Amino acid sequence: MNINATLIGQAIWFGLFIWITMKYVWPPLQKAMADRQVLIADGLAAAERGKHEQELAAKRAADALREAKEKSADLVAQAERRAQQIVEEAKGAAKLEADKVVAGAKAEIDQEVERAKQQLRERVSELAVAGAEKILRKEINASAHADMLIALKQDL
Amino acid sequence: MSAEGTLTTTGYIQHHLTNLAVCADSAKIDGVCSGFWTVHLDTLLVSGVLGLVVFGLMALLAGKATSGVPAGGQNFVEMVVGLVDQQVRDTFHGKSALVTPLAITIFVWVFVMNAMDLIPVDFLPTAIQVATGDSHLPFKFVPTTDPNLTFAMSITVFFIALFMGLKVKGFGHFMHEVFAVPFGLKLAPVNFLFRVVEEIARPISLSLRLFGNMYAGEMVFILIALLGLYQLPLALPWALFHILIITLQAFVFMMLTIVYMSMAAESH
Repeated sequence: MNINATLIGQAIWFGLFIWITMKYVWPPLQKAMADRQVLIADGLAAAERGKHEQELAAKRAADALREAKEKSADLVAQAERRAQQIVEEAKGAAKLEADKVVAGAKAEIDQEVERAKQQLRERVSELAVAGAEKILRKEINASAHADMLIALKQDL
Repeated sequence: MSAEGTLTTTGYIQHHLTNLAVCADSAKIDGVCSGFWTVHLDTLLVSGVLGLVVFGLMALLAGKATSGVPAGGQNFVEMVVGLVDQQVRDTFHGKSALVTPLAITIFVWVFVMNAMDLIPVDFLPTAIQVATGDSHLPFKFVPTTDPNLTFAMSITVFFIALFMGLKVKGFGHFMHEVFAVPFGLKLAPVNFLFRVVEEIARPISLSLRLFGNMYAGEMVFILIALLGLYQLPLALPWALFHILIITLQAFVFMMLTIVYMSMAAESH
């Protein structure tokens, strides 16, 4: 075991390697590891936040769904009511129209009947006059009884 | 083993425990370098190259580090660095930009140097001998079996702890601690003596622990290598067991350094 100048050389090597580690190895690694720690902490916090937000979103979605359901049920009920109403209205209108048509037809029929009656009356009186004429031609002077015949015609 | 059949067991062991010493011709005694101004070229080269490769690689990976999902090399480096950093956080409660890098350097460097022990004892020395053409060239490939290295590290740690104590506590407080703790100012010389013994014992125990463990481990590998064919069933179990020692010694050196730093930075 002989101690010699190697000691000095080794001390220089040792110092050099401490310097390298202190300057080029430790600081970048320490920084990288510290940064990663922050990154991981941030990531975990973000994940927690995301989870919370997702829960909120699920709740909101459920609310929206329920609201939509209620609204649609409302709409359907309203539509049914409206349809009923429209059917009722249509029924009323149809009845009114039918009544009108029936009334018009009745009036027309009455008119036709009246006209037919008139025509018949004229025909009957003509026929009566013609018959009477035929009878009277033989017995009376037409001109002498003209007043009476006209009066009769008017009565008919 | 060497190709020469005349090599004795003692010679083989000695050859494996000799460092490649280099010195000026004027410093040689009987043709052997033995003065202080001698340099163990193998220790310096292996530890330096290992350190440059490992810390260069770590610096490269750290430079490309992202805060995203770490992949491959970055993940591995972060794992090691994170482990060391956790130990520092648990033990050292002061604020210092130096302690964690120091602990990382010690753990990684000592670990890779110890790990050289797992390469079979004759592989690399023989390769060097073939490459240089000198079949007697000694070359130790485990730098931590050289006390020069372990003492260099522990003495550096000692000085860093000393300066940290001075910086954190201030000169007055530091001196008060040296002379007045634990027996009060009346027994200042005794306190000072206690303190000196304590401070000197630390780097010695720190370096000798690592050196002793690795030297003994290397010795067992050399002895196993002497058994010829029988080394095959023995070298593997010892290598597996040695992985534990390699890691443990690197960890202990790092841990004690952190403890010394925290003792220096905190008041008694």
